[in-house]
Amino acid sequence: MPPSADIEAKNLARRYGRRWALADVSFSLAGGAVLMVAGPNGSGKSTLLRTLATAIRPDGGAARVGGFDVVREREDVRKLLALLSHASYLYDSLTARQNLAVVADHLGRSRSGIDALLDRVTLGGRADDAVATFSAGMRKRLSFARVLLQEPRVALLDEPYGQLDPEGFLLVEDVVRELKAGGTTVIIATHQLARAATVADEAMLLEAGRVKWRGKAPEVPK
Amino acid sequence: MLIAALRKELLLQWRSRAQFMAVFVFGAAALLLFSFAVGPVAEMLRQFSAGFLWLGLLLSSTLTLAESFHAEMENRALEGLLLLPANPRALYYGKAIANWLQLILLGIALVPVMVVLYDAGTTRLGLLVVVIALGTAGLSAPGTLYAAMTAQVRSKQTLLPLLLFPLIVPALLASVKATSLIILGDPMNQISAWVILLVAFDAIYWSLCGLLFSRVVEE
Repeated sequence: MPPSADIEAKNLARRYGRRWALADVSFSLAGGAVLMVAGPNGSGKSTLLRTLATAIRPDGGAARVGGFDVVREREDVRKLLALLSHASYLYDSLTARQNLAVVADHLGRSRSGIDALLDRVTLGGRADDAVATFSAGMRKRLSFARVLLQEPRVALLDEPYGQLDPEGFLLVEDVVRELKAGGTTVIIATHQLARAATVADEAMLLEAGRVKWRGKAPEVPK
Repeated sequence: MLIAALRKELLLQWRSRAQFMAVFVFGAAALLLFSFAVGPVAEMLRQFSAGFLWLGLLLSSTLTLAESFHAEMENRALEGLLLLPANPRALYYGKAIANWLQLILLGIALVPVMVVLYDAGTTRLGLLVVVIALGTAGLSAPGTLYAAMTAQVRSKQTLLPLLLFPLIVPALLASVKATSLIILGDPMNQISAWVILLVAFDAIYWSLCGLLFSRVVEE
């Protein structure tokens, strides 16, 4: 099993125009831990995850994932992590199987595990249907399969419960437990505090781009 | 990585093959309209046929190039690939080659339309295909880069031609001249000079655009 990847952010800041989405965020997370990030809409949860994932560059501060700087060593960071984003990262005109095949091909991995992954997210019966015909929940499940295919050491899950049915909630929790058991560091940005608290070790509340509270997941303020 | 990117592009093109038919019909309609501008003078139509073919191809190419990034932006699929991490250069060349192949097919498909409308036949079909391949390579390389640049702006259908057309004037000129010499005859053997110009243009832009692509798509 590869060593777990620590995450460390120091005075991380990011703005869109004049508005600071992240004003000053500092935290550290030990490798293999599961952190739940909560906060009202616009508090900076998604921006934090996108910055750590190197999708956007910070305007201030610094962050390291697995020891690699998210700006200067972007490629190394990307090799470690997978991001479940608000955007599905899927091609609508391709089938579910083809979408995962594209990812496997770009990662230089075998396509042999794709069918098992589709079964895992209960999309085995729709493997050859175009994603354009999928509901929002099915797209989310396929995005989960995409994350699992990457076998990440760090998984950043932005609103993983969104659009899912109750059965899907259980899938999310199973996946997070499985990732954790494999030593993957996980950050979950969510509004589903009670649900996420069942799988998270630690919690962090953001407000207006700053850390308002940090502690153990079961103690998160409601 | 390049093979993976190219395979993905060809798959996307195959899944949206109806789009190719629409672009072909657009190009054929443009050739028909150009013939109305000249009038029923057979000799003039034949003389301008190469220019009309390349203008039709150029106008059609902006539709093909703009469309090639539609799927990438729809669900931020391109960002998803970059975060894998996929090599931006491989992604660029995969898309540029796929666009190039589509434009070659389009160019070849428009030749019979040109022959019928302008009575501009030639027996040097092999050489015509080579010129179409080199000319469309000159459209595809910068066109793919500019399509990436304009993919996220609201007025991309206007902006792409505005940026692209001035840049590809040398390639367009060389393509028209070379095609014209193939159709009308080349007693002074001038075609090689235009082909060399096309090869040089292609070499420069295929190298340069591959280097610049990561700056365009990465924040």
